[in-house]
Amino acid sequence: MEKESNNILDEVTKGEYKYGFYTDIEMETAPKGLNEDIIRYISARKNEPEWLLEFRLKSYRHWLTMKEPKWAHINYPAIDFQDIIYYAAPKPKKELKSLDEVDPELINTFNKLGISLEEQKRLSGVAVDAVIDSVSVKTTFSDTLAKLGIIFCSFSEAVQKHPDLVKQYLGSVVPHTDNFFASLNSAVFSDGSFCYIPKGVRCPIELSTYFRINAANTGQFERTLIVADEGAYVSYMEGCTAPQRDENQLHAAIVEIVALKDAEVKYSTVQNWYPGDKDGKGGIYNFVTKRGICKGSHSKISWTQVETGSAITWKYPSVILMGDYSIGEFYSVAVTNHHQQADTGTKMVHLGRNTKSTIISKGISAGQSNNSYRGLVRVIKRAENCRNFSQCDSLLLGDKCGAHTFPYIRTENPTSIVEHEATTSKISDDQLFYCQQRGISTESAIGLIVNGYAKEVLQHLPMEFAVEAQKLLSVSLEGSVG
Amino acid sequence: MKQSLVPDGEKETMSTSIQTYSLTEKLTFHHGQHKHAFAGGDPVFAAEQRTNAWEQFTKAGLPHAGLEQWRGTNLDKSFETEYVFSTVPAGQGVDIESIFKCAIPHFETYLVTQLNGWYVYNDSPLHTLPNGMIVGSLASAMSRFPELIQNYYGKLSSESIEGLTALNTALALDGIFVYVPDNVTVDETLQMVNLLDSPENLMLHPRNLVILGRNAHLRLVQCDDSINHGITFINSVTEVFLGKDSSLDHYKLQNKDSHSTLINTIYFSQAEGSRLSSNAISLNGGIIRNNSLVKLEGENASAEISGLYLMDKNQHIDNRVFVDHSAPHCQSNEMFKGVLDDHATGVFNGHVLVRRDAQQTVAYQKNNNILLTDKATIDTRPFLEIYADDVKCSHGATVGQLDANALFYIRSRGISEASARILLMYAFAAEIINKISIPELRQRIDDMVKKRLRGELSYCDQCVLHCSAQENKVNFEIDMSKI
Repeated sequence: MEKESNNILDEVTKGEYKYGFYTDIEMETAPKGLNEDIIRYISARKNEPEWLLEFRLKSYRHWLTMKEPKWAHINYPAIDFQDIIYYAAPKPKKELKSLDEVDPELINTFNKLGISLEEQKRLSGVAVDAVIDSVSVKTTFSDTLAKLGIIFCSFSEAVQKHPDLVKQYLGSVVPHTDNFFASLNSAVFSDGSFCYIPKGVRCPIELSTYFRINAANTGQFERTLIVADEGAYVSYMEGCTAPQRDENQLHAAIVEIVALKDAEVKYSTVQNWYPGDKDGKGGIYNFVTKRGICKGSHSKISWTQVETGSAITWKYPSVILMGDYSIGEFYSVAVTNHHQQADTGTKMVHLGRNTKSTIISKGISAGQSNNSYRGLVRVIKRAENCRNFSQCDSLLLGDKCGAHTFPYIRTENPTSIVEHEATTSKISDDQLFYCQQRGISTESAIGLIVNGYAKEVLQHLPMEFAVEAQKLLSVSLEGSVG
Repeated sequence: MKQSLVPDGEKETMSTSIQTYSLTEKLTFHHGQHKHAFAGGDPVFAAEQRTNAWEQFTKAGLPHAGLEQWRGTNLDKSFETEYVFSTVPAGQGVDIESIFKCAIPHFETYLVTQLNGWYVYNDSPLHTLPNGMIVGSLASAMSRFPELIQNYYGKLSSESIEGLTALNTALALDGIFVYVPDNVTVDETLQMVNLLDSPENLMLHPRNLVILGRNAHLRLVQCDDSINHGITFINSVTEVFLGKDSSLDHYKLQNKDSHSTLINTIYFSQAEGSRLSSNAISLNGGIIRNNSLVKLEGENASAEISGLYLMDKNQHIDNRVFVDHSAPHCQSNEMFKGVLDDHATGVFNGHVLVRRDAQQTVAYQKNNNILLTDKATIDTRPFLEIYADDVKCSHGATVGQLDANALFYIRSRGISEASARILLMYAFAAEIINKISIPELRQRIDDMVKKRLRGELSYCDQCVLHCSAQENKVNFEIDMSKI
């Protein structure tokens, strides 16, 4: 049995990345490097108003004064920020009106990814905004949504068509001074998605963005802004892949969510950036700032993430619970394999009274990877009767990987209750034996146990994603998931 | 101190502006002025460590709140005080009986005391007891037993990157040395008392070394106390080595005045099969930082580290516990509980590291806190860092308040709310108190905690264990007027 389970672990650590192809699309790129001219160039390419250029320049100037943070439990060679192309876009021939006009190569790309725009449009009724190399290429279903007053379009389009909304909310959750990578993003972001749900509207379909880094040497700096007005509801999904390359690529995105009174936003991510090969060569550096603010009372923001990709993941989807009775949730499954490193978790900042937050984090480490949970729960003085429950479990597959938990809890209020618990273990021999004794093979048994372990999180994913997430888990832990 | 920083020739040019010097500058000046060595001269290894440590200190500097390990604990205010650095031995010929008497009823201990960081003795600075145990001044042990000490001194502290630990190694002049030979079980409890008697503001760097041989067993009680208090800064470092199959019961009692800063760093190194039980009871203090660093180096070693802190007013308590599992089949269990009242602030930072080869490790970590006011703050960071796969590790942390249902239950039985609250807090604290294995000490601490919870105990004038209510048992009184 020992030998057999070793074989399975071997297989686990040999799973290959299935989305590593490269699409040959004609690209328009900016010269390498970063300076004010590049920022002006990006802004000019996108025909941006003056205030946005000012925002970019302000961010850039602030970025110059900042130092790259070093506190995370990850190791990587220094990034040369002058060696990155900050703008790369598929060359647009003309404005696209329907899917037929989309470059067939692109359609192929998305077919290969298994997120065929066509198919999804017809079958699942998911509106998709696909972003390749930071430029939004196609948004489906906009017309249907427009009837309800929902705005779902690329960020550039929103800047042109709804400048007031963008101006009002851009940087209101993640200010341009927030952190090193957020400032960088604020200076050079090229595109992304924008979503606005008007008062009292319940978005009938799931909105989705697909990110893909295609060109070499480019960084992807997209920016997502979701605003749910009073009483609105939206479920938003995000997926990402990248081609297989030997060099590392940088992905520094920002996601901002604003939930006004009684609004609810559910944000689900399946992160599947290229994680690098078995020896840890290549892969995406995923340094992302994601934050939501429950601005009004009784609002709710829920993050669900399945992290399987990228060489280094460094992200903390957070919720600022400002409105009274607001709710923040964070559900995460992070799988690391080979030489992947993940330092991920969440921040729940309780500012309002009677606010509640739940954190469920499941880490699975295999190969020689390192997987850390780092989270902050903070309750300020005036936030009475707050409640937090955190549970962070880690599962170790193999004896060369690491699993770490770094929770930070700061409470200044005597009426709040904060609980944190965490466990770290390997798959128990008893559980394995129990399954095998009932005629289940080791492989299926491991699959069963891992699935059960992650289930608490997977069940929070929208249907379409849950299927994809399970597929991804089986790619990442090939052989061990039944 | 200020004027002496400036050589006479330069005094004129400086006289126009009032210079203030940072503590680091003052320490640097002090270090340059005095040759630091243990009485009788540093052996080669100690001198080397001193030099390296000073270099390390100049690199690391004094801690500030920006450092991850010092998050939540701000010493800036403590560093602003004008301290006097004691370099003249103060321990010889002091009649300790006249200024200090431990008042735990029926508590027979072998008492060793430090006065202002110096070992206190009348006849000889170093005693060898009939069972072979050596107790005395570290400075004289350095010259008497250099071969023995060489293998241990600085072995654990030199690995630290902590600025204050390096400063201690660089400036240490004396402390307590304890050696228990192989196969010796010490029947009497060893009590180490650190006394401060000085009208001046003192900064001290006491350095202790405790060595337990194979199969040696010791009970150790460490107390910190002030008699005559200026503002004090104690930066104490203790290294403890537990030999194969040895055991140590260790207790730290802290009941200090509110303007003192106490940095208590203890390193434990545990060989195969050794057993450590360490308790830190903090009842009062200005700023207290307990640093316990446990290294489990041999298989089947076990460490139980627990702590209780009851803080009020502006007091600050910081418990940092680092457990390093370097060998397989070891167990560690951390449990810290605290009640914070008024403006008190607390930090718990537990860190369990399980190294790659430390398979079959069992490590638990628990921190429970009760906040009583909206001005009190708790910062808790229970960390797990795990590189081995066949382990059972868990941690839990909670922050809450007294259970309203329990409170109601007790009140419905005719007990006043105030008494009910004390009862519940006492029950919360009792889990730690019950871990104390010396009955007299447990009874005493139990009484002190009860008194503390009723607000009767502030810091005592003499011993940390020297209370006015001699042998009176403390009982809960039911306040009939409130029923």
